[in-house]
Amino acid sequence: MRVEVEVNGVLAVVDAAPLEPLLAVLRNLGLTGVKEGCAEGECGACTVLLDGAPVMSCLVPAAQAGGHTVTTVEGLARDGVPGAVQQALLDHGSVQCGSCIPGIVMSASAAAAREPGASRERVRELLAGNLCRCTGYQQVVDAVVEAVAVGARP
Amino acid sequence: MAGTLTGSRTITAHAPVAGTSVRRVDALEKVLGAARYVADLPGEHLCGATVRSAVPHGRLRGIRFDPAFDWSGVTVVTADDIPGLNCIRLHRDDQQALVPVGGTVRHVGEAIALVAAPSSAAAHEAAAHVHPDVEPLPAVLTIEDSLAGLVEVADGGNVVQEWHVEHGEVDAALAAAGVVVEGEYRTGPAEHLYVEPQGMQAHWDDDGRVHVLGSLQCPYYVHSALTALLDLPPDMVDVSQATTGGGFGGKEDFPSTLAAHVALLARKAGRPVRIVYDRSEDIAATTKRHPSRVRHRLGLTRDGRIVAADVDVVIDAGAYATVSPVVLLRAVLHATGPYRVPAVRVHGRAVATNHVPRGAFRGFGAPQAQFAAERQLAKAARALGLDPLALRRANTLRPGDTTTTQGTLDDSAGLPVVLDALARAVQRPAEHTGRLATGAVRRGRGIAAGFHGAGFTGNGESLLGGQGTVALTADGRFEVLVSSTDMGQGARTVLAQIAADALGVDLELVDVPLPSTTRTLDSGPTVASRTTLIVGRIVERAAARLRDDLRAWADGLGLAGHDLAAVAAARASGGDPPTVTEAFALPGNVAWDQDTLTGDAYPTYAWSAIAVDVAVDTDTSEVTVERCVHVVDVGRAVHPVGVVGQVAGGTVQGMGWALLEHVVEDEGRIVNDRLSTYAVPTALDAPDVEVIVVEVPYADGPAGGAKGLGELPLDATAAAVANAVEDALGVPIDEVPLLPEAIHRARGRTGWRRA
Repeated sequence: MRVEVEVNGVLAVVDAAPLEPLLAVLRNLGLTGVKEGCAEGECGACTVLLDGAPVMSCLVPAAQAGGHTVTTVEGLARDGVPGAVQQALLDHGSVQCGSCIPGIVMSASAAAAREPGASRERVRELLAGNLCRCTGYQQVVDAVVEAVAVGARP
Repeated sequence: MAGTLTGSRTITAHAPVAGTSVRRVDALEKVLGAARYVADLPGEHLCGATVRSAVPHGRLRGIRFDPAFDWSGVTVVTADDIPGLNCIRLHRDDQQALVPVGGTVRHVGEAIALVAAPSSAAAHEAAAHVHPDVEPLPAVLTIEDSLAGLVEVADGGNVVQEWHVEHGEVDAALAAAGVVVEGEYRTGPAEHLYVEPQGMQAHWDDDGRVHVLGSLQCPYYVHSALTALLDLPPDMVDVSQATTGGGFGGKEDFPSTLAAHVALLARKAGRPVRIVYDRSEDIAATTKRHPSRVRHRLGLTRDGRIVAADVDVVIDAGAYATVSPVVLLRAVLHATGPYRVPAVRVHGRAVATNHVPRGAFRGFGAPQAQFAAERQLAKAARALGLDPLALRRANTLRPGDTTTTQGTLDDSAGLPVVLDALARAVQRPAEHTGRLATGAVRRGRGIAAGFHGAGFTGNGESLLGGQGTVALTADGRFEVLVSSTDMGQGARTVLAQIAADALGVDLELVDVPLPSTTRTLDSGPTVASRTTLIVGRIVERAAARLRDDLRAWADGLGLAGHDLAAVAAARASGGDPPTVTEAFALPGNVAWDQDTLTGDAYPTYAWSAIAVDVAVDTDTSEVTVERCVHVVDVGRAVHPVGVVGQVAGGTVQGMGWALLEHVVEDEGRIVNDRLSTYAVPTALDAPDVEVIVVEVPYADGPAGGAKGLGELPLDATAAAVANAVEDALGVPIDEVPLLPEAIHRARGRTGWRRA
């Protein structure tokens, strides 16, 4: 079926099978920063923003995104300059293997926009849907606490 | 262009970057989502799928291809399509790439046939129409059944490896000891759960050379396996690493199997083929941590001095040997923990079962062995009424001490310093808080110490003779060319730091490309906490020699005094830029006899001590970690923020193994092969880990004395958690994972009642 969706500020018209996940459609558009880690909404590696709210794109049928706006990790940098959350992750040395990072960037960007000033404990709650196997979350939480403290733009 | 330099002196002092936390070389592309993992790479390719055994043990009578299915456009590969040896070459040649008709199936999930089709969905659809006909045989699914030997599941007997270390009069010393602590300890299998699943692609070029690219830790393991399987000379096999999303040992041995599969499919299809496992297939079909059973007797004097240990280690190797012989050896060599043990006997056996093969997993046998050793120390402290930290400080290995293999520790034996730092960080009350408390929530503290030999065990590094190259490029930059991989741990950055300092140039001038066997010599696999220590030293020596060569060239032109970057640019512009290759050199004071397992088992060790505070809800037997302090000595910390990240991450991974991670195997089938059923720590489960880094340098380590790091955080963590739970409840719990049901069972055995 034909789906029109605004992705990273650009209107995309895609042909999606019924119930085809948004994840597959985004990756077919070349947005491979959106990762598949489990395909059942447990790992959060495929997290994107749907009208500004974090969703796991493996669970969202592409058709459901029709007429809405989607932001992926590729949509955050301006002219190659990392967004505030991305910069905080760089500053805190939060990145190891990196396969969870795009999803964490999106969850954290939503947190920064929606809950500026969130506490460390609240940040852990907001990141609880993003599995990371490398960092133990510590340096990730450090970075996101800092990013939400400054009310960072996504 | 050399003439553009003049004789004037413009040299500036180069500020060392080792010891500083520079931005990782791969961090920017990863936060931008621009890093390309194998599943992200562009290019047309077929998708592969695997037909697997549904039974744990049996004879493959035949393979039926559904005649009603449309097989046009589908490539099918069976064992008949293997041009060379049907094995995944590693320590033994026992594991088949595909089970041949008439051959033996040894585990659920073993590969029997392969298919490739234009889409992943089409490939899986085709695979569902391939029906292996397997005549079931009795399966062996426990260590005890394997040892009993009534059913033989490995050629040559179920005990696939045995090691023995003994020194002194163990039985006499135990008989004379003031107290003997005895225990039996079990640890379960665990899943690596790298966030990026296993993936690999292959294509054959017109010259008959196969190119394999994927998510992997050890390019030359894959290379070796493919040359044997495909009957090709080494230069006709090209193995490259794509950006790799976590490994933890899970991408040490298994990628050879996946590479074999895509190479066979691509060969038959005449087109590129890619396989990326979905999560369920990845959990079900790839290696797990070796489950263990350790029986441990520890003798001490009444005042708390260890006099003897007698340890029996058995690990479940699963269906094939993979790396089990060396996992077992590392378990044996770490079995008494980081302590002086005058009389010691350690016997180790790895036994075959019909489970999915167990393979490398961060720690490599040492965490299993040290779980038992540190539970023993906790019990000894209780039995003797001694403070657990004081007991450890009284027995810790120190410089000049002798190891269980009669090796001598050098000045880098840093555990005394580590324990001092832990003691300062935790001002422990003397009483066992949990046993004195009342109410539903009981609190306790667990202490444990660990050590980890850095580099290959025994004479492995000498046998391998790893090599590394530092090259000046045509544009005046430098490249570090090694087969060591970055799977997320930061090796590319650390090696760049070491090279930059040895060269005396800015870090920005040094590149560490992803390895390929065509471009990079074999610096060894990325395992065994060896990359910084062993490969870092090779790179440092190569970089220093290249620096000296460039200086000599500049001196010859009367250009002494220019900084090396300018010299390098000038030298490169003249054409034919030099490269320098160095090989592993055994430090003169290290000696090992593999036949008798005597001498220095490792050139140096990293050391750790951890304190864990837990709260146990006695209504639900759930455990919450409330505080964790982990002190490590990894020698010189080349990248301090990276060290903290590795320790925090490894500690949380160890807590997952200790508290949550339970691979449920039913008749050899992994039942919980999904993330909704296999739980790993989330950001809410993980505590903040207070990481304290002390630096006790190793004289032969790079960057002023770096040692190994990656595996150390797993060594003591699980025992500290179990010791804390025992402290909280007064109930010994000698298995991991410490699931609520395990704690409940242990409470039932001891008749625990809330006061």
